[in-house]
Amino acid sequence: MSLTANDVKKIAHLARLGIAEQDVEHYANDLSGVLELMTQMGQLNTDGVAPMAHPLDQTQRLREDSVTESNQRNHFQAIAPQTEAGLYLVPKVID
Amino acid sequence: MNSQWEAVIGLEIHTQLATKSKIFSGAATAYGAEPNTQACAVDLGLPGVLPVLNKDAVRKAVTFGLAIDAEIAPQSVFARKNYFYPDLPKGYQISQFELPIVGNGHLDIEVDGETKRIGITRAHLEEDAGKSLHEDFHGLTGIDLNRAGTPLLEIVSEPDMRSAKEAVAYMRKLHELVRYLEICDGNMQEGSFRCDANVSVRPKGQKEFGTRAEIKNINSFKFVEKAINHEIERQIDLIEGGGRVVQETRLYDANKDETRSMRSKEEANDYRYFPDPDLLPVLIEQSLKDEIRATLPELPEAKKQRFLEQYALDLESATTLTSSRELADFYESVASLSGGAAKLAANWLTGDVLGALNKASLEISDSPVSAERLAGLLKRIADNTISGKTAKQVFDKLWNGSASADEIIEQDGLVQITDTGAIEAIVDKVIAANPVPVEQYRAGKDKALMALVGQVMKETQGKASPGEVNKMLIEKLKV
Repeated sequence: MSLTANDVKKIAHLARLGIAEQDVEHYANDLSGVLELMTQMGQLNTDGVAPMAHPLDQTQRLREDSVTESNQRNHFQAIAPQTEAGLYLVPKVID
Repeated sequence: MNSQWEAVIGLEIHTQLATKSKIFSGAATAYGAEPNTQACAVDLGLPGVLPVLNKDAVRKAVTFGLAIDAEIAPQSVFARKNYFYPDLPKGYQISQFELPIVGNGHLDIEVDGETKRIGITRAHLEEDAGKSLHEDFHGLTGIDLNRAGTPLLEIVSEPDMRSAKEAVAYMRKLHELVRYLEICDGNMQEGSFRCDANVSVRPKGQKEFGTRAEIKNINSFKFVEKAINHEIERQIDLIEGGGRVVQETRLYDANKDETRSMRSKEEANDYRYFPDPDLLPVLIEQSLKDEIRATLPELPEAKKQRFLEQYALDLESATTLTSSRELADFYESVASLSGGAAKLAANWLTGDVLGALNKASLEISDSPVSAERLAGLLKRIADNTISGKTAKQVFDKLWNGSASADEIIEQDGLVQITDTGAIEAIVDKVIAANPVPVEQYRAGKDKALMALVGQVMKETQGKASPGEVNKMLIEKLKV
């Protein structure tokens, strides 16, 4: 499977990545190469092999349900571009 | 609905799990706090943080799975659902995709006296997003991230429902269940229980599903029914007018009672899920399942069956009384404290008590009349100390004061007259004073007797037993 320039642009948009027009072809080639490798791996016989959800052979540690965080709003909002009435302000997102 | 068409409905219900802290952080989940005071570094998605799963969220999800007879995944995996929106700071929502914690289960609903089994495809754990406030910020949007990271269990049904009525019945049943299990407070105003509906129509008899639309933002039982009915009509009109349904997300507007297409979210469904490398697979041991199963409360359906048998209630009373765990517990306390006046207790609870609570917009847990005080009243009805009519007066005083039924009966001199001689004298007096109804009754007008019973009750200030009076009058008026 190979990717077109349009596929690359679409993926970049979904991930909000800025890609220069002259690099699009380059990315399309590289990513197609990755997919090619996947296709090869997909041909291997994996009967009886359990899918791996995580490379570490460990399971998730759980925490007790208790409130351990205190209010640090001033701290966090000190690095925010714009705040008001305790809210983070962002460009309007609905039309 | 036009009888040539059949609706196909599936619901996705988001229940907020009633934990103290968030699903992946130690920030509080309390509702209504000042904006952003309960959003910590993990919830904000700051660099370098690591989510750690809340044990209680897992337990609550397993509890739900066991209650709907579902398979609990021995190994469950979290995935990233990628999309950009300012109330989702990380740029992805931690959810579950391929290996949800709860697999196939089911829930039985009753519609028009018939039981129908609704399949539940899956239920998965995920984090909630924050809230966007679009007003009043000089053309900017305000973001409150207190809700970000609140644990949700998304419960996805099979497309098994065929009418808005069935969908509402399923939603109510699920609402009742999560509250019984105490995994969710069920508060719909605060968004603890939210519903999205997938609706499509097809010609009756056709096997394939039609194209579906997803309706979002329907957060009350009333609106679910209206929104779905409206959407069914819209789709039928569209198809019959030569158009076709497009797959899209529609928003229900309760004010206008219509659904409208949401701003077309370009490529919104391309979420590019992948397993979250920050979280390891979750292992659910058999021992945990056994432990939770052993502590499962009696479920609504089982409780209803037991009420039918143990207390010999009719189906309607049993259904009402088991509609919430609090009400069922209240009923059982009253039935036991009143010395076994089970049917009387059911009548009073489903009638006067629920009526008064409804009028005052109170829940059973806030009832001004406790189970003890209500039982005290029922005891005096059961042993004929007071008549049913007097009991209503006593109930008013129980509701508005703090005295016990016995104190009220004593203070107001309400003890029912059981001295037959005394009642007889009054009955004789009433017969003598009311020749007209007496004649009418003797002429075969049975209703006239009620006027005489009423007179006697008035004379005795309601302290005679109407049944006794009735009997005595019939006896005395025999020609």
